[in-house]
Amino acid sequence: METVKNHFFSDMSVMLGRSMRHIFRSMDTIITVCITPIAMMLLFVYVFGGAIQAGTDNYVNYLLPGILLIAIASGIAYTSYRLFLDKQRGIIERFHTMPIARSAVLWGHVLTSVVSNAISLVVIILVALVMGFRSSAGVLPWLAVAGILLLFTLALTWVAAIAGLTAKSVEGASAFSYPLIFLPFISSAFVPTDSMPKVVRAFAENQPVTSIVEAIRALLSGQPVGNEIWIALAWCLGILIVAYLFAVRAFKRQAA
Amino acid sequence: MEKAIEVKGVRKSYKQVHVLKGVDFEVEKGSIFALLGSNGAGKTTMIRILTTLLKQDDGIVTVGGFDVASKPDHVRQSISLTGQFAAVDEILTGRENLILIAKLRHLKNPRQVADDLLKRFGLTDAADRKASTYSGGMRRRLDIALSLVGQPKIVFLDEPTTGLDPEARIEVWKTVKELSGGGTTIFLTTQYLEEAEQLADRIAILHEGRIIASGTLSELKKLFPQAKVEYVEKQPSLEEIFLAIVGKKEAM
Repeated sequence: METVKNHFFSDMSVMLGRSMRHIFRSMDTIITVCITPIAMMLLFVYVFGGAIQAGTDNYVNYLLPGILLIAIASGIAYTSYRLFLDKQRGIIERFHTMPIARSAVLWGHVLTSVVSNAISLVVIILVALVMGFRSSAGVLPWLAVAGILLLFTLALTWVAAIAGLTAKSVEGASAFSYPLIFLPFISSAFVPTDSMPKVVRAFAENQPVTSIVEAIRALLSGQPVGNEIWIALAWCLGILIVAYLFAVRAFKRQAA
Repeated sequence: MEKAIEVKGVRKSYKQVHVLKGVDFEVEKGSIFALLGSNGAGKTTMIRILTTLLKQDDGIVTVGGFDVASKPDHVRQSISLTGQFAAVDEILTGRENLILIAKLRHLKNPRQVADDLLKRFGLTDAADRKASTYSGGMRRRLDIALSLVGQPKIVFLDEPTTGLDPEARIEVWKTVKELSGGGTTIFLTTQYLEEAEQLADRIAILHEGRIIASGTLSELKKLFPQAKVEYVEKQPSLEEIFLAIVGKKEAM
């Protein structure tokens, strides 16, 4: 009896190549993902920034981590959009009837999300540098920042995968990201939480964005990171695992 | 005769709805088999079970010598499915679509495979245009070409001509006949009687979850009450008129 070889890695790289082509043929997606966070950064630094007492002499330094999270939250909406189209057009079904590693289809989309978000983040950081962002962090803290952002991207991408696979319409597939984009506003991303009313403050201090923002901010400014980084990692990993399990279940249901 | 597909006592229900209520049929290797039925008769459910997308509740399904339920990976080695909607990647070009599938089927020379199929389906001129710019007929041709990458032994076509104009429909029929001539087994579903009549070696009629009649066209004709001779003036159908006027422009 002939055996069926598993080609997970080669299949996945073919899938990755496919979605990367999608991204480079629609650069508008990356531009769209970059423009809102950059506009927000300009608005907050040059319009509101003078009136905000954030406790740092350079408000861009304070603001950047939150801006990066907003960029990721809007960037992952495209993953769910692309997955939805693949599902709607029968492309997932075609792949499912072929002798290929099934999970390669999903992982191709997920890796694509990581790569395209990384591109947007680099663009935004470059703009921040022009606006006066400076960091005293060395190589290791920067790597730690990259690691946290990667985990956050992966976690939200799997959430996006659930939305893409279960949505009934294109709008539905990307609508889930709006609350995610809003989350940083009720956190310490733009202003310290001290001035917020009690209930709002309690929410702000105990939602994932605050710990992630604080951890990145501490790393970039060369401050001791403390507990925040562990709380941030726990949030990211927790969301990642739960979303992954649900996404894989939704994916298998496409073919069962 | 060797069997490419064997289906015995297949049942499938979605919650309270019994879609398939004990379906039996066999498809001979190298033949064209048409599953005929109206909308909602269960044709797509049957094709989804045959192509490993769906598991039956009961019954035995063997495709290409392998049990669909226990050896889906082996079944997938020898089949391909062309669904009701052209499943092509619209952002990629026709050529890239073919290369993508050739790579996923782990073929040695994806470029060559793509070039050959583009030529065979008359898509060479449009090869480097995005599939989103293709007409309905071209898209369907690309879709079928994608299904033939890697020369699967059994090709499933789910309503291959639904939504196509008459010219494109005839193109698809021609392709199906050629494929069959090359020894490929073809299983197609259709709601058009004419399509089954034109193409199929054997026809099975699926109605309310059961096969109510099956056989060759002439066997099925015998089920019909004895013919009686009547003289009727033959009027050309609108389709024949349409094809006579526009049909000549492409000698396909």
